[in-house]
Amino acid sequence: MDTNGATTSSAAGGGSTSTSDSSLLSKKNSKKPQYSRFTQQELPACKPILTPGLVITTFTIIGIIFIPIGLVSLSASEHVVEIVDRYDEGCVPPNYSNDKLAYIQSSRTNKSCTRTLSVPKLMKSPVFIYYELDNFYQNHRRYVKSRSDKQLRSKAYERETKNCDPQAVSLDAPIVPCGLIAWSLFNDTYGFFVKSKMLEVNKKNIAWDSDKEHKFGSDVYPKNFQTGGLIGGAKLNSTTPLSEQEDLIVWMRTAALPTFRKLYGRIEEDLQANEQITVVIQNHYNTYSFGGKKKLVLSTTSWIGGKNDFIGIAYITVGGLCLFLAVNFILLYVIKPRALGDPSYLSWNRSPAGNPN
Amino acid sequence: MARVRKRSIHLSKLCSFACCRPTSTDEHAQIGQKGYSRVVYCNEPDSQEQVRLKYRGNYVSTTKYTAANFIPKSLFEQFRRVANIYFLVVACVSFSPLAPYSAPSILVPLIVVIGATMVKEGVEDWRRRLQDVQANNRKVEVYDESSRSFEETKWKNLRVGHLVKVCKDEYFPADLLLLSSYYDDGVCYVETMNLDGENNLKLKHALEVTSSLRDIQTLKEFRAVVKCEDPNEHLYSFIGTLHYCHRQYSLSPQQILLRGSKLKNTDYIYGVVIFTGHDTKIMQNATDPPSKRTKIERRMDKIIYVLFSTLILVSFIGSLFFGVETKKDISGGNYRRWYLRPDSTTVFYNPRSASVAAFLHFLTGLMLYGYLIPISLYVSIEIVKVLQSIFINQDQAMYDEETDRPAQARTSNLNEELGQVHTILSDKTGTLTCNSMEFVKCSIAGTAYGCGMTEVEIALAKKRGERLTEPMSTDTVDSGKSVDTVDSGKSVKGFNFRDERIMNGQWVNEPQSDVIQKFFRVLAICHTAVPEVTESGEIIYEAESADEAAFVIAAREIGFQFFVRNQTSIKLHELDPRSGQTVDRVYKLLHVLEFSSARKRMSVIVRNPENQILLLAKGADSVIFERLSEQGCVFEARTREHIERYTEAGLRTLAVAYREIGDDEYTTWEEEFMKAKTSVRADRDDLADELADKIERDLILLGATAVEDKLQKGVPRCIDKLARARIGIWVLTGDKKGTAINIGYACSLLRHGMKLIVITLESPEIKAQEKHGDKEAIAQASLKSVKGQIHEGKSQVASEHSTEFGLIIDGKSLTFALDKNLVNCFMDLATRCATVICCRSSPKQKAIVTRLVKSVTGKTTLAIGDGANDVGMLQEADIGVGISGVEGMQICYFFYKNITFGFTLFWFEANASFSGQPAYNDWYMSCYNVFFTSLPVITLGVFDQDVSARLCLKHPLLYQEGVQNILFSWIRILGWMFNGVLSSIIIFFLTTNLIIGQAFRKDGQVADYAVLGVTMYTCVVWTVNCQMALSINYFTWIQHLFIWGSIALWYIFLVVYGYIPPTLSTTAYKVFVEACAPSIVYWLTTLLVVIATLLPLFSYRAFQIRFRPMEHDKIQRQRSEGSEHDKIQGRRAEGSEHDKIQGRRSEGSEHDVTESTGTRNSTDLPSEIRIRIDNLKAGPRSKNS
Repeated sequence: MDTNGATTSSAAGGGSTSTSDSSLLSKKNSKKPQYSRFTQQELPACKPILTPGLVITTFTIIGIIFIPIGLVSLSASEHVVEIVDRYDEGCVPPNYSNDKLAYIQSSRTNKSCTRTLSVPKLMKSPVFIYYELDNFYQNHRRYVKSRSDKQLRSKAYERETKNCDPQAVSLDAPIVPCGLIAWSLFNDTYGFFVKSKMLEVNKKNIAWDSDKEHKFGSDVYPKNFQTGGLIGGAKLNSTTPLSEQEDLIVWMRTAALPTFRKLYGRIEEDLQANEQITVVIQNHYNTYSFGGKKKLVLSTTSWIGGKNDFIGIAYITVGGLCLFLAVNFILLYVIKPRALGDPSYLSWNRSPAGNPN
Repeated sequence: MARVRKRSIHLSKLCSFACCRPTSTDEHAQIGQKGYSRVVYCNEPDSQEQVRLKYRGNYVSTTKYTAANFIPKSLFEQFRRVANIYFLVVACVSFSPLAPYSAPSILVPLIVVIGATMVKEGVEDWRRRLQDVQANNRKVEVYDESSRSFEETKWKNLRVGHLVKVCKDEYFPADLLLLSSYYDDGVCYVETMNLDGENNLKLKHALEVTSSLRDIQTLKEFRAVVKCEDPNEHLYSFIGTLHYCHRQYSLSPQQILLRGSKLKNTDYIYGVVIFTGHDTKIMQNATDPPSKRTKIERRMDKIIYVLFSTLILVSFIGSLFFGVETKKDISGGNYRRWYLRPDSTTVFYNPRSASVAAFLHFLTGLMLYGYLIPISLYVSIEIVKVLQSIFINQDQAMYDEETDRPAQARTSNLNEELGQVHTILSDKTGTLTCNSMEFVKCSIAGTAYGCGMTEVEIALAKKRGERLTEPMSTDTVDSGKSVDTVDSGKSVKGFNFRDERIMNGQWVNEPQSDVIQKFFRVLAICHTAVPEVTESGEIIYEAESADEAAFVIAAREIGFQFFVRNQTSIKLHELDPRSGQTVDRVYKLLHVLEFSSARKRMSVIVRNPENQILLLAKGADSVIFERLSEQGCVFEARTREHIERYTEAGLRTLAVAYREIGDDEYTTWEEEFMKAKTSVRADRDDLADELADKIERDLILLGATAVEDKLQKGVPRCIDKLARARIGIWVLTGDKKGTAINIGYACSLLRHGMKLIVITLESPEIKAQEKHGDKEAIAQASLKSVKGQIHEGKSQVASEHSTEFGLIIDGKSLTFALDKNLVNCFMDLATRCATVICCRSSPKQKAIVTRLVKSVTGKTTLAIGDGANDVGMLQEADIGVGISGVEGMQICYFFYKNITFGFTLFWFEANASFSGQPAYNDWYMSCYNVFFTSLPVITLGVFDQDVSARLCLKHPLLYQEGVQNILFSWIRILGWMFNGVLSSIIIFFLTTNLIIGQAFRKDGQVADYAVLGVTMYTCVVWTVNCQMALSINYFTWIQHLFIWGSIALWYIFLVVYGYIPPTLSTTAYKVFVEACAPSIVYWLTTLLVVIATLLPLFSYRAFQIRFRPMEHDKIQRQRSEGSEHDKIQGRRAEGSEHDKIQGRRSEGSEHDVTESTGTRNSTDLPSEIRIRIDNLKAGPRSKNS
């Protein structure tokens, strides 16, 4: 019984301290953020959880993949035939054995040296010839920087010898190629004979094509090279452009570590098993002052490159480790099983302070 | 919003008592002296005198930079960071031969990083500028001397002395002196939300002499001089005098309209500009936000220092070896490494002065290993924060339907702190409660009416484990049902009273119907509200407080509709009990004795149609009860009992009384009263108070009202969640102890099974002491008592570990507990309690407590509040917005990736006789931090969620991971660093052994320096990104894109860079295409190294998840157990319930955006993103349309 008409009429209005009758307006330009899965961070997602199953599967899969890779690599490496001969000691005459430095620095000593290598297995062509130096810091900052890429590249920049000191100029004329790297060019040479027949050594295409084409100019000829007081390493034929001086190009690609091999050339015929190869070495290069070894390496290659058991061993090790871990996890779960996601393990369910509701 | 106002209402009488108190005259004496020297020539802005004073214009700029100083200033800001300075120095030194790599390669990343930060700063500042421009170009009507009329002008052109006209719902363009308003008596209503967050209207009042200046003719002639205080930041004070017509008038804050507030319910006002632009109080308040550094940032700095130490150590070791090696190059005339020409060398490699070379090399090392310091760390983190704030603003769950406001994270600085809040300090009114009052119960003539149950009562009943029924109520159904039965569907704001006995006119049948009638008449008459009739004929009340509005509405709903108020009378539609008809009754308004906090009561004196003079009063029970006449206290005992119960139920109570005054008594009293009011003596207010006191005596009690300040929706559930997340909650409220405790129960602050420790000074001994009145002795005794109670509490807490404790302390005790000697003891106790309620606390105490909590616990605190009285508290706290704890992870990752990278450099160095040759090409290195590894971290920071929002809410304890900083603890950091070193070792030794030495391709080529660099770098990029992938919990296409994209980018970069002519690309020229890609070993190496580096972390994680899972792991696992089905369901529910913590900026600053006043909030507390809890809906906030 509503006797008071005003009650109903005013009831709907109902405002107190202020009114909020802009509800219609606000609906039109509501500031409610637009819904999109992106803004609400509700994008479809995968949430990987390291469940025991996943862990064991992952380990097993890695093991299963890695061990075969390791085995294949090992066998590839096994197929590579490699002959390594260290000659720095052996090529010094016995009377100089106490003063190897004097021997190598003297211009009068006979630097020729003959070594005999036996081929253990058939070496299929091409057989790559490397020289290996040890304890030689081609990655030393002073050494690495001591070159002029501009000068190497084009005749126009002949005078660009900025970083080349102290091998930048000789008698006020720029040295081409300048810098310590070129100056210290390796100058031992090898001649190979099988049954006194000389084996041809192909020294073409031992450098990267990009180097030959873009870094070493075909119009740049050696100038003033090794003419100063101190002679470093090899001399260069000043009639051959730098782009064809492949020994230099190989040498100028500095090695990453102090022990390194560099390609010397290729023997493009098969070497038969048990063949004796005579190598005549011109032992000019001074590694004696810093105690570096010199080695001559003959090697074939396979798809994996040279002889390197490490790849195979590493793969097998990692794969084995994974399998081992997989087994361990399986055992652990057997020993200490627990229902997954058992809520009773949640700490607040055990804590007295937790509020049960 | 068109309202029809039929005539102006003169409120001068209404307000005469309270509004016109002059401020103390002592202060006015200072005018003209230092600090009080401002002179304003009203209406003469162009006069020579005014111009000579050179006051600032009204142009406001809140930007940090200007176009001119942007570059230097922002650069300066950037280089205040240690790491950036380091990089700058490195960049400068990189031009010298010391540098291990070329200068541009180190400059570019620095420029990119600095540039990105500067762009961010610039964009933020540009936004501020746009707001400023908007504000500056707002229009206001200004009196123009030349055209002799009011003309629209832009705000920025306003000058001191201008006469302006401000219309309804407009903001004041500057601080104004109110001259006159639409109303004859010069009053106007002002909304000051932007200033203090209070949503009620404030009454401003012009001086009587100026209130007649209401038309252009009189205004034209208006000339006056205002002398007043200099610009200052005090919002609530103003000292000045008006020299007008050769007389002086004192000015008080009552006459000042502040910029930032808004004119309401008044058609227009005229005012004189006194303070402009940056001189206004609001701008004076807007100080530069002090940059609060977050905890993570502070720790980040520490880690940077650790890395710096590592850097120095590593460089030192390097230079030591380098020195030794270099020295050996010459031994007895022999040159060891002749190929380095040690005989003819520079100082950097000179073996003859190896120590100098070693020192210089040390500097080189510092640059080389600089990659240990993540250059992009700061910028990435800032980008993450900005993106996070965008997402916070976009979050639908944090949108408030009622006020149409999305969350507003104004500062991106403190986002991650939100995940680490340890203690929440909250105000009650307006934060836990809505600050919208509802009339729910009343006690009339000793009978309790109103059968609804309040939330508090429900909670209490729950606590007692029983169904509490209202003894007086006619039915015993619970509140929900009774609402339906009594009144279906009709709900009136401010009114939640349900009782069939007196509703719908039934009260006439009650035994004490005459008392009921009087009771509601008091409610309908004794107030200062103004009715407004809208176009549709509805009546809306404008009241100063929500309580008052609730009373008038209650009276209306019962049948006493107040519908007209004018200068001298109040008109009601009333139900005549005898005839049963609605009749209009006119009450002649004689006097209003206003409410003040000192008086705690208000009364009106009216003459009713029967020509009786009545004094109608309402006030605090204590005040009213002591003024009852002997025959007037018939219902006192019952009423007291009811009030007691209402208080317990968390309601606000007022007692209602009246008296009849004889004509003679009234005449004599009025004479005295008028004399007192018009006297010019300084103590006229005291005099008036005294006289008011004299008439408000011998009252007859009618009953009591109970108004509920509704709890915000969902508060109990939210608090319960917070508690389960083990976040300490402190409520600082002005309520009485009983009310506070009951509200505490209602909103789950105090829970079942919780032990309460109450510290109070309401013990009989203290009370007895107080009667004697020796202040010293009281203080002594109080201190002793508080001390005793604290110690007792502590021992209690210590003895029972398993129970939760709640601490309740009243304001008085708090004063003593905060005493120097006791404070540590008190805080010790308080921090061990889950909940602390400080009742009867003053705003100042709130601030002190906040500061203490912060300093004592050393943890992140969060303050919540909505009003001016919380400002102190808010300023003290450090704050944040909460996401999850991945930021720690993100930073750990930064260190990981840089250590991995840096240490590969070091291992390479060790193999290059420490000569300082970098392992990689210069540009690989510079791109490392910026391009190949940073983007995934950003996505991690922005998008990762270890546990979905829904599960977070289900398991609040997860929050502790953030608070305890598990994800960013030193052990974890060191763990990641160790992982980094380990990864670098694996990468270096595996790659070198795999590819160096033998031919690495079938064509017999060997790997050189460039190839090793590329291979190693590839491994690093893969490793680092895959480690990131392992750490990510949440893969969406974004994560995939950025992680795999980064790796792909590296290959793309390698190819593109490789095709750049060799003079630029040097060692990188065609290295990938020609050398690496055709080599199987290169790919095999990548695969092996990546798996090998991931193994340690993966095994550790697998082990840890299984045997020592962290909380989020468990949850994730639980979820994966197949409770997927309720996921969708859960999300829906979540969306509708808004069951999230809402992070948002203070109201005022929001207004800046939504209504673009352009001025920043005076209470624009830099980092106080005021968190409103659980769909915190502000009371009825007025909006302009």
